[in-house]
Amino acid sequence: MKTIFKSLLAITVVSLVLSSCGNGGSKKGSQGALSSSAAEKVYVAPGEHDEFYAFVSGGFSGQLAVYGLPSGRLFKVIPVFSVDAEKAYGFNEETKPMLNTSHGFIPWDDSHHPDISQTNGEIDGRWVFINGNNTPRIAKIDLTTFETTEIIEIPNSAGNHSSSYVTENSEYVVAGTRFSVPFPQQDMPIDEYKGNFKGALSFISIDPEHGHMDIKFQIRMPGFDYDLSHPGRGDSHGWFFFTTYNTEEANSLLEVNASQNDKDFIAAINWKKIEEYVNNGGGKKMPANYAHNVYDEDTHTATSTMKKEVLVVDPSDVPGAIYFMPTPKSPHGCDVDPSGEYIVGSGKLAAELTIHSFSKMLKAIENKDFDGDAYGIPILSYEATLAGAVKQPGLGPLHTEFDGKGNAYTTFFISSEVVKWKLGTWEVIDRKPTYYSVGHLMIPGGNSRKPFGKYVLAMNKITKDRYLPTGPEVTQSAQLYDITGEKMELLLDFPTIGEPHYAAGCPADLLKPKSKKFFKLEDNKHEYAITSEADAKVVRDGNEVHIYMTMIRSHFAPDNIEGVQVGDKVYFHVTNLEQDYDVPHGVSMIGANTSELLIMPGQTETFVWEPKQVGVWPFYCTDFCSALHQEMQGYVRVSAKGSNVPITFTLDGDAVDAE
Amino acid sequence: MKLKVLTLIIAVAFLSSCEGESKKAKEVSETQVIAKKVVEVDPMKDKGIGPITSIALSEVDEVMAAEGKEVFKTKCSACHKMSKRFVGPGLAGVTERRTPEWIMNMILNPEEMVAKNPLAKKLLAEYLSPMANQNLTENEARLILEYFRTVPSK
Repeated sequence: MKTIFKSLLAITVVSLVLSSCGNGGSKKGSQGALSSSAAEKVYVAPGEHDEFYAFVSGGFSGQLAVYGLPSGRLFKVIPVFSVDAEKAYGFNEETKPMLNTSHGFIPWDDSHHPDISQTNGEIDGRWVFINGNNTPRIAKIDLTTFETTEIIEIPNSAGNHSSSYVTENSEYVVAGTRFSVPFPQQDMPIDEYKGNFKGALSFISIDPEHGHMDIKFQIRMPGFDYDLSHPGRGDSHGWFFFTTYNTEEANSLLEVNASQNDKDFIAAINWKKIEEYVNNGGGKKMPANYAHNVYDEDTHTATSTMKKEVLVVDPSDVPGAIYFMPTPKSPHGCDVDPSGEYIVGSGKLAAELTIHSFSKMLKAIENKDFDGDAYGIPILSYEATLAGAVKQPGLGPLHTEFDGKGNAYTTFFISSEVVKWKLGTWEVIDRKPTYYSVGHLMIPGGNSRKPFGKYVLAMNKITKDRYLPTGPEVTQSAQLYDITGEKMELLLDFPTIGEPHYAAGCPADLLKPKSKKFFKLEDNKHEYAITSEADAKVVRDGNEVHIYMTMIRSHFAPDNIEGVQVGDKVYFHVTNLEQDYDVPHGVSMIGANTSELLIMPGQTETFVWEPKQVGVWPFYCTDFCSALHQEMQGYVRVSAKGSNVPITFTLDGDAVDAE
Repeated sequence: MKLKVLTLIIAVAFLSSCEGESKKAKEVSETQVIAKKVVEVDPMKDKGIGPITSIALSEVDEVMAAEGKEVFKTKCSACHKMSKRFVGPGLAGVTERRTPEWIMNMILNPEEMVAKNPLAKKLLAEYLSPMANQNLTENEARLILEYFRTVPSK
């Protein structure tokens, strides 16, 4: 009786405490599929921060979205491969070169698999890389500015899908072709595919200091489709694994013709061995034409350079560097566990998941336990590398991530579920439905030696009835599960931009302290920057007019400009003089055939305006910057071509002056 | 006995969990108190609020003043002119109207100054644009102060 009394009292006190602080959880009942505690687990109170960043690919939006976990709140959409009028990406003069390719300026791509840079097999939070699938490219995003700072085009590649995964010390980011194509490209009949088309696997070195990318070598592989890949880690560091399908080398109706073979392959590539070969002068330099675009943070400007050569290695050049591991039924995901011992192949059409053992693979190589070869590349015997199989795990396995506690989580597209299973025993521990048709999944750090096994994020292709309908096109989604217990618990659904393919996550504390707050004016090396209002000027050069303008709360300098003529090409070079956090200004000009500029403190950006009509035309600040934001405006007088109105520019009726 | 200990523990937990909020409440009430005292401040005694509590000035250092003029030109002149009222007040002779500490605190800590310091609040009411924080270092602010000392009111 006394015990009961104590408990009752304790409960009363506890509930008082909780309710008095306003954000407690004395919820009544737990109806529906979710318990009330699920809401608490994803609730991040106003003003508080999420525990993890999640970088979720935008798929056919071409971008990369930054979310917080567990809340699922969207913080930023980083423009990568597609123009973004909001941020002037691809519209201002500074970033147009970022989207240059050997095919010219391309305003879009299909972004797939983000991966964060690593040191010693652990996520280091310096950069995130992501692949453009359609016109093959790899982009690097700087995680201090959360801006795309580099894009490299991949020659001899097509459908850049088995990309952009990073080795455990960020030595390389890897780009593998989905389509095999004539290598080098040439005019030839499509039905001569077999034996003639080849697949490029590109190893792009990452400069350890600045992250600059350079294609170190391309391996010219047999004409299969290379679907996904992952690096070895730990003992298997130095190897890279790629799933293949269409080992039939079909060139039409692949859904039938590429599903004939009982097994395709996981290609195991000893890149260290090939690197050594290349460092000793191996490989063949082949003519190529591909763009390398670099954004310089000091000049706030990108430059595009066309590269004319690429180093190509044929597998026969480096015997013993490449092997095939037979894997059932068109494997898709190719995932390596945190120890580096297990390589999981998800045969899309297979009844079971296949797990290869790295140590058994080495033994099989040593024993020459081969089962023939493909284009001279040894095929290891299936039984020799097999570590085990997860029996009847579900339908349509795609991708696997790891929690660092000995468990693996695999998505099943056809049966719409995430399945938790145990490494080593291969037993299924739990399964939870997804809504619906899940593709990738992500555990923060799940592709590293050190996963943060608290949540798994499942990314769905189809949502149908999950949200309010928005016409025929409805959102795609992500779903968050708590994986701290034996059983998974669905916590949250949230919509995503575009189609989320892979995502990469990391603890917020890794990035928060080094997130840049503003650009220092004294470091601004932009060609047209001015760092004082006193230096504002307007300069005519033939039919080009260059306006050197500044902005600060809440005026432009100059704000009255005369002497511009119809037919001129007017460059607004605008510097934001603010030196404080979160004080961007925008600028837009009536009739300019481009987007606004959104200029961060200390930054300079440029847009071009070609006035077509005589008159006095206004411009204004587009980002609500202060209480007097609506006053932040100006006029440009446009006269007829050949007019004798001189160039003048003023602020408050005077020449712009510091005194 | 055990029961008392348990209750005490819970009570402590309760207090500490709500501490953050009560602190905020205190800050608000302090601000209100300051707001009521606006009238009686002598500008030449007010050091303002911020990192600078005391500055000893000697003869004007012309080298520092010249450097200060350059910093002023880049970071300040978009809103302040020496000769005239602009976005913010004209600054010729400002050292005759304000203490050196107040000037540097206004440069280094403008958000808090315009929120709490009576003189700064009055200026905000008159000029409407809050003084921007240009994230100057203490040294840069000191250089600017030296420059101000070379520009008397006319």
